Amino acid sequence: MLAKTKKKARPTDKLLLAAIYGSAGIAVLLLLGMIGFVFFKGIRVVNWQFLTTVKSVLRGTVGIAGNIVNTLYLVVITLFIATPLGVGAAIYLNEYAKPGKLVSAIEFTTETLSGIPSIIFGLFGMIFFVEALGLGASVLSGSLTMALMVLPLITRNTQEALRTVPESYRTGALGMGATKWHMIRTILLPSSMPGIVTGVILAVGRIVGESAALLYTAGSGYQLPRLTGDFLGNLKALVSKATVEGGSLTVELYLRMSNAEYDIAFGIGCVLLVIVLAINLLTKLAAKKLKAVG
Amino acid sequence: MRVCSQWTEKGFIMKSIQCAHKKKALVEMSAQIIFTACASFAILAVVSITLYMILSGTPAIFEVGLPEILFNTRWSPTSQDPQYGILWVILTSVVGTFLAILIGVPIGILTAVFLAEVAPRKLAAAVKPAVELLAGIPSVIYGLLGIYLLNPLMYRLEQIIFKGSATHQFVGGANLLSAVLVLAVMILPTVINISETAIRAVPVHIKSASLALGASHMQTIFKSILPAARSGIVTAIVLGVGRAIGEAMAITLVSGGSVNIPLPFHSVKFLTTAVVSEMGYAEGTHRRVLFTIGLVLFVFIMLINVILNRILKGSGEKRGE
Repeated sequence: MLAKTKKKARPTDKLLLAAIYGSAGIAVLLLLGMIGFVFFKGIRVVNWQFLTTVKSVLRGTVGIAGNIVNTLYLVVITLFIATPLGVGAAIYLNEYAKPGKLVSAIEFTTETLSGIPSIIFGLFGMIFFVEALGLGASVLSGSLTMALMVLPLITRNTQEALRTVPESYRTGALGMGATKWHMIRTILLPSSMPGIVTGVILAVGRIVGESAALLYTAGSGYQLPRLTGDFLGNLKALVSKATVEGGSLTVELYLRMSNAEYDIAFGIGCVLLVIVLAINLLTKLAAKKLKAVG
Repeated sequence: MRVCSQWTEKGFIMKSIQCAHKKKALVEMSAQIIFTACASFAILAVVSITLYMILSGTPAIFEVGLPEILFNTRWSPTSQDPQYGILWVILTSVVGTFLAILIGVPIGILTAVFLAEVAPRKLAAAVKPAVELLAGIPSVIYGLLGIYLLNPLMYRLEQIIFKGSATHQFVGGANLLSAVLVLAVMILPTVINISETAIRAVPVHIKSASLALGASHMQTIFKSILPAARSGIVTAIVLGVGRAIGEAMAITLVSGGSVNIPLPFHSVKFLTTAVVSEMGYAEGTHRRVLFTIGLVLFVFIMLINVILNRILKGSGEKRGE
């Protein structure tokens, strides 16, 4: 406001302002252009058959149902491992830890973990889970690798949520004779739920979008689990699905584009973008809830 | 719990209180132990990743020789007389990251200035989610757009620039420059978000003092606010470097994929893309050298992490004063 009261704008000011507007314009246009282009190219490929069949030369289908199932498996197994660990770590850091060497080591390593690029996670997962533990290239190996990757995300979001819980809640509960664990279980965790949920949703986004860490850990299978009909058989098929190779949507996209099958690649890209947009929206909602609670 | 069933009439109340207390103490104890274990998991993860990267990356060094790997420029791991020199690969990662930073950081910082200082509140509220969304787009999609849109453009540019050149090897637009542009876009969200936070954290009195002295808004931004937000902006740049040097899938196909001197119109291989594109079929020494490449990348990342930690600690101490 103050700037406007000046008599005459200097030419360099105008230039700088133009640069600022130009940069912001580039950033926004890039985004809109990219999303628009992927939708424009991909939407023609996406139809019911594309989403519900698997790649098959015999039937002449090019669907991605297997990859969708793989991605779902990855998300569920990864979160099943990473959420308790991440939330537990956050509770320790916020509620139990006293400043010292252990805490600074945990904080430094959590920070480091979030700075390690996914290709390194991929290499580690390949050496450790796939080869050393003998799990083979499988959805399970991929999930374990992803669990390491999303751990900092969940820890940090839970920590932030725990920090917004007023100190009086804690002293109140403890003063009334609740034990610490009881207080954490009945007071802290429910009040920090939106933060935990935000972390989990962000983790889902990370898992869905990840490719480099999965290429050599989860592999590139694209089959659906073979359901036989009876309950036990189905269960067995569903469980064994986790122990065989399974390419996520991103990996399938990568393989298609290295084969120059761009139409299908854009179709998968379109599906991925829809998921990313939905996750973005969900995070916003969770964050709003968090603010309302805080 | 056995003890608790042997209650006698007399000491019933006392014992029951004691037992409940014991049970509670046990639960409390195990809760604390479990939470500590959860938190220590991050340490375990980083230690084992470091250990395994070193363990798998060093055999090739002894086998081929460190100078043969680091300072040799010839990479032909599958030929009769295999060469495992990764000097060009390392330099490609360094040069590529540097160029991406050179392009991405100014745009990122200026966009952050736009969001924090220039834009009307409503416009900023519309641009900000767009930037956040940019961060969420999977890297394979960047790669797809790069290969589908950017590479043909680059090819046309290549044809114009090197028209009639007898020495230039045409690579169809898959070159270092394409990869750099993709990386520059990919680091934008990181740079924008962190710079914006830093700019917003600058105390308001610095701005008011500058304006009161008669400086224009632009002078205030570039002479007072940005210098005051320096440590945050440096953090943003370092994180951008980390993101660019570690990115793999977006540039694997866009950058061409043969080992060359990192010049803009050369088909090149980065540390990350070498691992992605060759790990699938590599065997024996070749495979072990790829792990060495992973180790080199890991060392770069750890250096960046240490630098980052220093900066964050430094700014924390300054604030504490």
